[in-house]
Amino acid sequence: MSKGLFKISPGFEDVMPAEYKELVTNGPYGRDLGISDLGTFKELIEEHPLCAGCAEALALRLILASLPNPEDTVIVGSTGCSSLLFPQVAVQNIHSLFGNQNAVATGLKRALRLRFPDKVKDVAVIAGDGATVDIGLDMVMQSWFRRELITTIMLDNEVYANTGGQESGMSPQGAVLNMAPLGKKFPKVNLPEIAREAGCAYVATISPALPRRLGKVVRRAILVAREIGPSYVQIFCPCPTNFKWPSAQVLQKIRDRQKEGIFKVREYVSPEAEAYLARLEVVKQHDEEQ
Amino acid sequence: MTTQQVVAPEYLFFEAERERRFMTGSEAVREAIKRANVDMAISYPITPQSESMHLVGDIYAQGYLKEYFRGESEFAVMAAVAGAAMGGVRVFTATAGPGTLRAFEMFPTWAGARLPVVCAFLTRGINSPLTIQPDTIEMAFLLDTGILMFHAENAQDLYDMILKAFVVAEQTDVHIPVGVFADGFFVTHTREEVAVAPADLKLPPYNPYSAPVPVMDMENVPVRQMRDPFVMKSNFISYAAHASWQQEILAAQERARKHVRRYLGGLLDTEHPEAAVLVVAAGTAVSQGREAVAAARREGLDVGLVKLKSLRPFPREELRALARQARALIVPEFNRVGWLAREIKSVVEDTTKVIDAPRVFGGMTMPPDLILDQIRRCYA
Repeated sequence: MSKGLFKISPGFEDVMPAEYKELVTNGPYGRDLGISDLGTFKELIEEHPLCAGCAEALALRLILASLPNPEDTVIVGSTGCSSLLFPQVAVQNIHSLFGNQNAVATGLKRALRLRFPDKVKDVAVIAGDGATVDIGLDMVMQSWFRRELITTIMLDNEVYANTGGQESGMSPQGAVLNMAPLGKKFPKVNLPEIAREAGCAYVATISPALPRRLGKVVRRAILVAREIGPSYVQIFCPCPTNFKWPSAQVLQKIRDRQKEGIFKVREYVSPEAEAYLARLEVVKQHDEEQ
Repeated sequence: MTTQQVVAPEYLFFEAERERRFMTGSEAVREAIKRANVDMAISYPITPQSESMHLVGDIYAQGYLKEYFRGESEFAVMAAVAGAAMGGVRVFTATAGPGTLRAFEMFPTWAGARLPVVCAFLTRGINSPLTIQPDTIEMAFLLDTGILMFHAENAQDLYDMILKAFVVAEQTDVHIPVGVFADGFFVTHTREEVAVAPADLKLPPYNPYSAPVPVMDMENVPVRQMRDPFVMKSNFISYAAHASWQQEILAAQERARKHVRRYLGGLLDTEHPEAAVLVVAAGTAVSQGREAVAAARREGLDVGLVKLKSLRPFPREELRALARQARALIVPEFNRVGWLAREIKSVVEDTTKVIDAPRVFGGMTMPPDLILDQIRRCYA
């Protein structure tokens, strides 16, 4: 996308919404900004209707700030809490149905490659645990088997939050939730391991309690999906509303879970992806020195 | 591959010299797609559709399409087709019977997202018990999804309707999906003479910027609203937005009428429309009806034939006018529920004129004698 498309027609400056004017003058398009620049630019998300203390909302904000190429990124979402937020994001995004996000992204990515063979067009799937590990697992895994060049980001809030707190495949074992009145009978699905086995060239788990690292992970995942193969990022962001935690305690809960070893930061990079990322680093250093 | 020349749709449909070839309905699908300038096709097998998408795969290998792959299920294929269409390319797929139902959530989604997808439905019975036999019951389910629906009588229709479907679907004032239906096996697996345009001609490419909704390519400004109007909870504005959007899809169907008339030569065809008794049918039931009408006329009975080509939009006014002067409308169907008779009853002024018989299903054939019996009854 040309950044010039965002210009406001002369004479209309005073009638444009303030946030749009801000986006034109101070948005992140084409500026190679990241997490450490937050606060210095107009973010891609204006405001959102998610609950107070929602770690998923924070994760999304961090993801959007980490996109290496927001001016040419299309997001595919799915049904869930995140889909309430997507309409307010300043990159094009698709909400199709529940669970079919990776299939939609497959068609979209292939279409964009046909139409723009000489241009980078990143396609990132951002969906909750219900859409990714339960209803949509078939389509998620099949997109990895086919080596589709898309990034899949799971917002793991450990519950079907938007429909009122039902057990998901990512809920902790024993958690008493709607539709699991006696507690969940089986452990969290080990999707990172499945992703690696299914052919992802880059797999990482991270949480919004580690913002800089989250930024790096998302960036690497999207870069790997450009050329090497599918990538998967799992972001641990448990739901305060359904687990009935005070809003202000969510990040602390995440940190506690990390300390207890229940949530682990992990990264898997295939040898090809490793070489590719190293090559990009060299190019970046060279560019910076010039 | 043959180097293809882009020609105007009108030239390809009406003027280019046609070659007559002996082929199956599945091969007619291949011939249509060869000339449709399709960018991407996505396939998933289900009898009796599979062969048609095998053949589309063959012409992809020959270079007629830019992209082709097998998805993981019908639902996933219809989702991938949606993603491709949102990304601004011309896409095609096909399915049948149980596949249609497995994919079902996507059809109203296609229409709601204003995607000009063309899908061939090569109809088949629905389980249970398991059947692969011909039956048009899946059409009953699809009538209210918002997609346009054309029903082919034979392989010639299938070829023509698929090609024309792209042009109707992609009109800016329409821009909704088209399902082209043909009765499985009866059309897909039988051979007949089909007149096709030269294979070195093709339709003009799809222009994604002709869409009335933004293409998802980040080449236009992302307004702070996703592609599909989204319904936030407890928000009066969103109720109003959703309701008006649904009305807009219906309006797009209505606006399609003029294009269907232009390219299909009308929403219906008639033979002896002035007759006192009319056999009204769609799909292969038209062929059985034609046989019965010919036999009845040999007996001196005043009978005519109405072939419905478009079911969405439905030829409401045309049927109402025909029903006004007729004494009876006989509606033979290849399904149990009699959805076509229901549709016709919903538009004619005197529903007692509509005879919802004969009806066969589960793969049974329909002897024209059954229709002839109904005609004779009208004169008894």
